[in-house]
Amino acid sequence: MFDDPNLTKAIFGRLTWESLPLHEPIVVATFAAVALGGAVLLGAITYFRLWGYLWREWFTTVDHKKIGIMYMVLGIVMLLRGFADAIMMRLQQAIAFNGSEGYLNAHHYDQIFTAHGVIMIFFVAMPLVTGLMNYVVPLQIGARDVSFPFLNNFSFWMTVGGAVLVMVSLFVGEFARTGWLAYPPLSNIGYSPDVGVDYYIWALQVAGVGTTLSGINLICTIVKLRAPGMTMMKMPVFTWTSLCTNVLIVASFPVLTAVLALLSLDRYVGTNFFTNDFGGNPMMYVNLIWIWGHPEVYILILPLFGVFSEVTATFSGKRLFGYTSMVYATVVITILSYLVWLHHFFTMGSGASVNSFFGITTMIISIPTGAKMFNWLFTMYRGRIRFELPMMWTVAFMLTFVVGGMTGVLLAVPPADFVLHNSLFLVAHFHNVIIGGVLFGLFAGIAYWFPKAFGFKLDPFWGKLSFWFWVVGFWFAFMPLYVLGLMGVTRRLRVFDDPSLQIWFVIAGFGAVLILLGIAAFLVQIAVSVRRREALRDTTGDPWDGRTLEWATASPPPDYNFAFTPVVHDNDAWWDMKRRGYRRPVSGFGAIRMPSNTGAGIILAALSTALGFGLIWYMWWLAALSFAALLAVAIGHTFNYHREFDIPAGDVEHAETARTRRLAAEA
Amino acid sequence: MTAHASPSSPAAAGHSEDHGHGSLRGYLIGFGLSVLLTAIPFWLVMGDALGSKLVTAITIMVLAAAQIVVHMIYFLHMNARAEEGWTMMALIFTIIMVVIALSGSLWVMYHLNTNMMPLHDMSRMP
Repeated sequence: MFDDPNLTKAIFGRLTWESLPLHEPIVVATFAAVALGGAVLLGAITYFRLWGYLWREWFTTVDHKKIGIMYMVLGIVMLLRGFADAIMMRLQQAIAFNGSEGYLNAHHYDQIFTAHGVIMIFFVAMPLVTGLMNYVVPLQIGARDVSFPFLNNFSFWMTVGGAVLVMVSLFVGEFARTGWLAYPPLSNIGYSPDVGVDYYIWALQVAGVGTTLSGINLICTIVKLRAPGMTMMKMPVFTWTSLCTNVLIVASFPVLTAVLALLSLDRYVGTNFFTNDFGGNPMMYVNLIWIWGHPEVYILILPLFGVFSEVTATFSGKRLFGYTSMVYATVVITILSYLVWLHHFFTMGSGASVNSFFGITTMIISIPTGAKMFNWLFTMYRGRIRFELPMMWTVAFMLTFVVGGMTGVLLAVPPADFVLHNSLFLVAHFHNVIIGGVLFGLFAGIAYWFPKAFGFKLDPFWGKLSFWFWVVGFWFAFMPLYVLGLMGVTRRLRVFDDPSLQIWFVIAGFGAVLILLGIAAFLVQIAVSVRRREALRDTTGDPWDGRTLEWATASPPPDYNFAFTPVVHDNDAWWDMKRRGYRRPVSGFGAIRMPSNTGAGIILAALSTALGFGLIWYMWWLAALSFAALLAVAIGHTFNYHREFDIPAGDVEHAETARTRRLAAEA
Repeated sequence: MTAHASPSSPAAAGHSEDHGHGSLRGYLIGFGLSVLLTAIPFWLVMGDALGSKLVTAITIMVLAAAQIVVHMIYFLHMNARAEEGWTMMALIFTIIMVVIALSGSLWVMYHLNTNMMPLHDMSRMP
């Protein structure tokens, strides 16, 4: 059958043996390592007979806590891939001097910087942020689950589907060589005829469905499922920032979906939205994608502002300073984040009035952000600060993020931006805010809520090691880029002519190695903590003397979160309950109705991924088949009437009595 | 100080059934208005009733906006009180976002078009 080229083409589309990157020794070695590691992992799961357990307890779960943990695992796994790309770039730039071409060819290098950006934003930062919100928000508002538990499972698996497509592109075909936003005309079919940009488009479209649905789900949860007494102005700050983030997601992701759909039409059916001729205008793509892109960076940072608020208040032993101003600052940032998108393309030629408007709105954003910074400082002021790991990350954030914020304001001045646009100064700026803000916040959040999720604390020694490697590594890795950017070095360069620049790249590479050690120490920290879990055990459910409702229940929380829905009287609800001598109810438990697990989410997401793969490789039969199957499964799922089940009163009583005994043994 | 809310499904907690589902009369009025607001633009274009393309285009856009309002009132049953005002708040937010995105894009693209697009006919370039 392979002798007939037409038949082969009908079955495999564009996919041929030449599509496999066998000529790239680095990719082949990576593939060998991944295949080996994957085989060992799958073999171990089979050997220990874990498939049934994983399917029943994790893959099909609708429990927001388990889905949150799975999001975190996805984000951490993808962090390793994204960081591998990063350190490869650092090595290339550190050695490609004095006539050396380095070790990466241009074709490969361009894919690496694109993949690094796409993975770090969409498949590291987004899953980690969504995971934290998924885990914590229902607990903080005293709910038993999110509003739409099945949708939550489906959203997660769609995100995984997008990540799978990006990972597949490493070994089958290639990834985009366009930079992380795939600007046309470069991303149009004429200049990128291969599958790279199609992988990009369909990975983001599949994952985008998940992100949008999870945004709707969490908004609904926060608006509708708050415990009695929790008015909007009594919500914990993390819940507030999550609400604003999800509003941003729901309002902005459709723009990304639309602009990528227009780009797909250009690539697949020959329309001319973003082409150079026939009335197309690539500048419209840049305009539209940044209408999504700027809110996106606030989607990432806002929940972490919430984490820092919770951590600062808890570890200073004080009520958060300026709760109301914190809430209003968050809302103002939400609105303002829609009014600044043009600062990403000041140099495209809009003229003075447009540039000054967007320059000024950008500078204004620093006001609510600065207000938050002062609120955290005043919370710490005269507080009894405990420098546990989450608090250390918070202090590191405050120092690092302020520098990143100030270089941002500098870039907001259009004349300065004309000098610094697309330079390494910009690269240093956004890594300064994303690592110093988002990543440090995620580590603070992980260290803070890990005991809630698993019932034991993270090992502090390895955590502190990871902290110092990360923080010092960050400063070593990115301060040289500020210097280089001011000297006029542009981003995404593969080789350099000026030997005097090399030392800065070597220093940056050294910083990347320190960050590598930081990541390694973080992984060791988790392994060590699991091994020492009995020594690190927390039986109280409230290891940090917390202030919000998630600390009122057991660690890890039972499936139903709260046996009785708490009643809220204060915005530090749990602190208020403790102060007023709260006594856990020990009797009178009833049956609790909970949503049932379902495999529909993972099946739908797998079919969507297959649909994307078919469209990428022009395997039209696969695309048509998976689309039909997608509709069939979706419709079939509506006939599933076994959506809920009751946890019997006896089981609830059993779990709660066990907790009562643990608490008594502790006391 | 202990908690009292009765155990119930997560979906049921705090859920109120206060949103109306409309009446046959409401749906018929909505349907009639929608047909009318669709037929008029059709007639305007086919019959060239206004004589000017610009005026026709503006009229159609106004009628389209009216159609959106009809759908929201008669089919989506939106009013200021539904869902404790959340629906109205979401609508206002949506309008702000859409106005920012549309007017901003028009402003930006107008500037870019004026400043950056070639003034001469590219096909006659040497």
